[in-house]
Amino acid sequence: MLMGLFNNWIVVVLMMIGLYIVIAHGNLIKKIVGLAIFQTSVFIFYISLAKIDGGTAPILSDNYTLYSNPLPHVLILTAIVVGIATTALGLALVVRIKEAYDSIEEEDIQRQDNLPQDNQVQDSQLLTKNETENKA
Amino acid sequence: MVTAVAIVRMKDLFAVVMLLGLYGLLSASFFVAMDAVDVAFTEAAVGAGISTLLMLVVITMTGRREKAKRHKPLLALFIVIITGGLLIYGTLDMPYFGSADAPNHNHVAPRYINDSMKEIGIPNIVTSVLASYRAFDTFGEVVVIFTAGIGVLALLSVTRRPEDDDDIASHNDSMHERHLVIRIVAKMLIPFILLFALYVQFHGDFGPGGGFQAGVIFAAAIILYAMLFGLSAARKAINQAFVQLIAAIGVLLYGCVGIVSMLNGGDFFDYNVLASDPVAGQHLGILLIEWGVGCTVAAVMIIIFFNFAGRREMQQHSGDKSTQNQESP
Repeated sequence: MLMGLFNNWIVVVLMMIGLYIVIAHGNLIKKIVGLAIFQTSVFIFYISLAKIDGGTAPILSDNYTLYSNPLPHVLILTAIVVGIATTALGLALVVRIKEAYDSIEEEDIQRQDNLPQDNQVQDSQLLTKNETENKA
Repeated sequence: MVTAVAIVRMKDLFAVVMLLGLYGLLSASFFVAMDAVDVAFTEAAVGAGISTLLMLVVITMTGRREKAKRHKPLLALFIVIITGGLLIYGTLDMPYFGSADAPNHNHVAPRYINDSMKEIGIPNIVTSVLASYRAFDTFGEVVVIFTAGIGVLALLSVTRRPEDDDDIASHNDSMHERHLVIRIVAKMLIPFILLFALYVQFHGDFGPGGGFQAGVIFAAAIILYAMLFGLSAARKAINQAFVQLIAAIGVLLYGCVGIVSMLNGGDFFDYNVLASDPVAGQHLGILLIEWGVGCTVAAVMIIIFFNFAGRREMQQHSGDKSTQNQESP
């Protein structure tokens, strides 16, 4: 009885691993990786729903009568390609954030946002001073 | 699953991305085991190929180290365990794995399996559902992909100055001369990859394949060329404005098929009216739509890669310039 639901539990575990990465990690790229794992777990869930014991791939042929369900395949096929397109959009945002804040760690970005305006000016002056010293 | 756990533990983002590629390949082989050959095809090309590549390009721009600090890992773990527990409790009502009497196998699926040969006339049920029964759905997906391509273009596109180009080109040449063997092998392989993409495009009616897979494979060949021969060489071979035009034309072609079938007296995406014989009309409609999908997907993937790589090139170039300026005085 328990083995019959095994596929669902794997999906849940994978999904929770993805969710944990998204919540607990501050690095934006790591977060996107977490989202990708979450996404794949949903793909696996759909595909395992489509499976029928003794069935074969849904390409019609005279030799087979039992096919797995084609509908989840269609949904996931398009979802994978849409997934990579949206992931690319997320990565593009990460690149822009890196350019604007010079960091992709959530805490750093938040700290920079919370600085009052005059502090920020001082801070940047300090930074440039440090940089010049380093270069010298 | 082991790979996923390893991804959580790793701090080196390079290793994380490599593991993600491995994870994509593993899930592709899992899809084959689950009889979902079309999906496996896509996942192998996308998950193990293009997404890994994009992540690597981004890592070269943002640095590969992750900070050790995590915020509130215990709280996160708590939330995750509670949610997971509830979800597992929910699965107890689910039908068993592989059972043929599950509700989802008894709704529309039997109709697709039993009647699609008569109504559409192509053996691959996935293609007929994708391009005919659920064509409107697929149209939405294609528009989403197109929009994501525009988004990346808006966020990352850089205007290049011609004098910079020469610098970058000479820099690239010196770098790429070192990879002689790879370049020669790739030169031999690329035509075959392109040919294979076209085969997948046209054979999608009969075996696993179709516009989505073909588009990704086609883009992969061009990205391979761009990686090995330098971006400026690839830009000369493939005009960027032209690629953007192709992406738009793909969506337009798809939409037009729907509108033409409306003009011929059917519903939106009702291909039966496209030709005198309904089955021939279905064939024509599916062929055109797969072309639209293939064009858009390939063009958007190429746009995405070129913009990421172009951005990176510009960053490195400006970095080089500033160090040169400092050295000269």
